[in-house]
Amino acid sequence: MILTQESIKQIQEKASQYPQRKSAILPALTIAYRQIGYLNSDVYKEISRVIKVPYVEIAEAASFYTLFPKQPVGKYLIQVCHNISCALLGADSLIEYLEQKLGIKRGETTPDNLFTLVTVECLGSCATAPMMQINQDYYENLTREKVDQILDELRAKV
Amino acid sequence: MFYSPVITNAAEAVSNDRLHLFRYVEDPDQHKIQTYEAHGGYAAWKKVLNGMNPEAVREEVKKSGLRGRGGAGFPTGLKWGFIPKGSPKPRYLICNADESEPGTCKDRVIMERDPHAVIEGMAIAAYAIGCRLMFIYIRGEFNHCIERIKAAKEEAYAKGYLGKNIFGSGYDLDMVIHTGGGAYICGEETALLNSLEGKRGMSRIRPPFPAVEGLYACPTIVNNVETLSAVPHIINRGAEWYRSLGTEKSTGTKIFSLSGHVKRPGNYEVELGFSLRKLIYDPAYGSGIVGDKKLKGVIPGGSSTPMLTPDMIDVKLDYESLTEVGSMLGSGAVIVFHEETCIVWVVLRLIHFYRHESCGECTPCREGTGWMEQIIYRIEHGQGQPGDIEAIEDICGNILGRTVCPLGDAVVMLIQSAIKHWRDEWQYHIDHKKCLVKSDFEFK
Repeated sequence: MILTQESIKQIQEKASQYPQRKSAILPALTIAYRQIGYLNSDVYKEISRVIKVPYVEIAEAASFYTLFPKQPVGKYLIQVCHNISCALLGADSLIEYLEQKLGIKRGETTPDNLFTLVTVECLGSCATAPMMQINQDYYENLTREKVDQILDELRAKV
Repeated sequence: MFYSPVITNAAEAVSNDRLHLFRYVEDPDQHKIQTYEAHGGYAAWKKVLNGMNPEAVREEVKKSGLRGRGGAGFPTGLKWGFIPKGSPKPRYLICNADESEPGTCKDRVIMERDPHAVIEGMAIAAYAIGCRLMFIYIRGEFNHCIERIKAAKEEAYAKGYLGKNIFGSGYDLDMVIHTGGGAYICGEETALLNSLEGKRGMSRIRPPFPAVEGLYACPTIVNNVETLSAVPHIINRGAEWYRSLGTEKSTGTKIFSLSGHVKRPGNYEVELGFSLRKLIYDPAYGSGIVGDKKLKGVIPGGSSTPMLTPDMIDVKLDYESLTEVGSMLGSGAVIVFHEETCIVWVVLRLIHFYRHESCGECTPCREGTGWMEQIIYRIEHGQGQPGDIEAIEDICGNILGRTVCPLGDAVVMLIQSAIKHWRDEWQYHIDHKKCLVKSDFEFK
């Protein structure tokens, strides 16, 4: 089993709230992703057993939603918004700065598996641009100084 | 988890009695139920349960003139009235909190800082349509909002504002928090319904409209966070009071998310009919353009609304005035760019987004956005060819009005406006194989 008892319990509890079990697919994917860090067909099979919805319906839905990485990512998934409001305030130079600091290109993971850097579309932080999301947290009004500090703090946590 | 540091005009809302959505958003305890109640919270919900029938609630909201704040601007009370009378099926209310229109960051602030306002608005709306199970669909990235709404929901249950036989009224109401998977299209109401049913977020053909056949094929009303947050104020202070705010046809207040090249980006609650120029230049709001550069263009209502040029910014921010100048109020996200911004670069950013977010259901949108991104990419990168502008216009003409949902139309309208206002710049790009002005923005 990939899913922990705790995740299974959470999924079952969530599923009980909906008039139709299929509605629990997205919450189940979210809970599984929070636990594992990414999703794949083995996870879909387990979810299928837990919420009693055919595997194919879970895989079909999962492939639509980009929030869940479909392969392993680094311990810290850095998602930089490059949509218009952030771009106007230097998102491109922010991404280049991160690439330079981490020694990787967008879409890549550092060799120590610590950081994965990707670009994403609007995260609803437009009046506090430029911004990035690292795992569950938003970092807004970014400056070079702040980026340095954030990365240092994350490295220190390991 | 972090609290959004976004600037708001809450101080103005405290001293100006006409503003109400933002009055308490700078109070660090506003998300707690005791503070919300001390500020008059849940009074409207009690008033409704203590003696208003659902029809009276619908009438009050209808009379107030409140219109959808998510983008379409449809009259809220009228929408509630579309639920078929006497239908034996359960009815559902869904709060659309899938805020993802580029430039828009207002619902996030309401949910983070005043989550009970959302729940109270939802409860009243649910009562008005005879719903016993209501949902809030929050975009999955908004972890802080999700936590705040979850905590507020628990408090509301504990205090008896939700649950069985609320305040002895005999009315039962439950609430489910559903989180999204990062798809922009799920903010479109029929795609949201499919997503909530566990399917891919693809839009449905209307009719039937959701009010007749929505979630699980039952009558369903979908309203935006900001729309629902205004409802308790309408119930407390009356439709006449609400009508006295804003303009005759665009009543009430609206939160504008101001972003891009302004000195003071932020979320500002103003009465509808407010001057766009004032929002951008007044020291109480945007405070002018960064580096005191010249304004080049404004996207007034989120990236899906047609752009405006500097000579148009005396327009009033209300549904009618923006329609008159060929644009839309949309979600109220005002994106400002100055003279050193290449228009082709702006459009490339946006077409990339729409191509990425097109759900793939309708061929004109799925293929058309991809083709246009390729053409615009080559123009921006100095490889434009004669006839490219016409090719884009041709593709636009084949998308407009030919898709199930408005995503296709949104792309077309924004591109058409960018070509109409800055056609010479597009031509320069193609003729000279380079930008007329190069967008080169450094972060600090």
